[in-house]
Amino acid sequence: MINRLDEAMRFHQSALSLRSARQELLASNIANADTPNYKARDFDFASALQNSMTGTTEKLPLVQSSQQHLEGNAGGTVMGSQVMYRKPIQPSADGNTVDMDVERAQFADNALRYEASVKFISEKFKAVMAAIQG
Amino acid sequence: MSLFNIFNISGSGMAAQSQRLNTVASNLANADSTTSADGKPYRAKQVVFSAVPMGDGSVQGVKVARVAEDTSPFKMVFDPKHPMADKDGYVSMPNVNVVDEMVNMISASRSYQNNVDVLNTSKTLLLKTLTIGQ
Repeated sequence: MINRLDEAMRFHQSALSLRSARQELLASNIANADTPNYKARDFDFASALQNSMTGTTEKLPLVQSSQQHLEGNAGGTVMGSQVMYRKPIQPSADGNTVDMDVERAQFADNALRYEASVKFISEKFKAVMAAIQG
Repeated sequence: MSLFNIFNISGSGMAAQSQRLNTVASNLANADSTTSADGKPYRAKQVVFSAVPMGDGSVQGVKVARVAEDTSPFKMVFDPKHPMADKDGYVSMPNVNVVDEMVNMISASRSYQNNVDVLNTSKTLLLKTLTIGQ
């Protein structure tokens, strides 16, 4: 029974951990918005979640099919997925690649999705409780 | 717990930005100080930000690495009646550029606000997380 409970919550648990790790990365980008030569970093959430669900770590580089895609390995991993540098839209003279609009938008988006995951996991718990109590 | 680390990251950002605001205040207040502790006119000060690894090292906060003095030449103002005037009637005024300082002030205050917003969002997310299962 506990196994099945664990199985039911595993997806949202991984999603929540990844969301909070990403939130942390975005917060560090925003904090360093004025630091010379700081490079904004992020990771690909979809592949990171897939990796954490299948228990594999990334071996092949991501395909870059758009200018907006992340590039280069920034060193460091988040739950087995590589952290990448963000491609600057408007590079600044001091070598900083933090674009405040992008970071704020991503931060708000990530926060909303985090709340959604919290909601999903709560509803799952409610469903299990309903099944137990009848 | 990643979300708790955001308090440290945004906190470091706020501390750094407030120090930047502090130097702006000092520069603006001393824009007309023809003497300072060393007897020479006041020199404008600028903070130098640098990224510092925080938590597990994959994210970076920000700190003020040093406060640098502006080495540009002093403004020479012709005012023979001034007590600090040299034999040709010129007074060395501080090398503070008031327009630059105002821009710096607005930039610092916006960055500070961004960090406050990030911190508040993280706090909301943490509180939401505590409601899981209720």
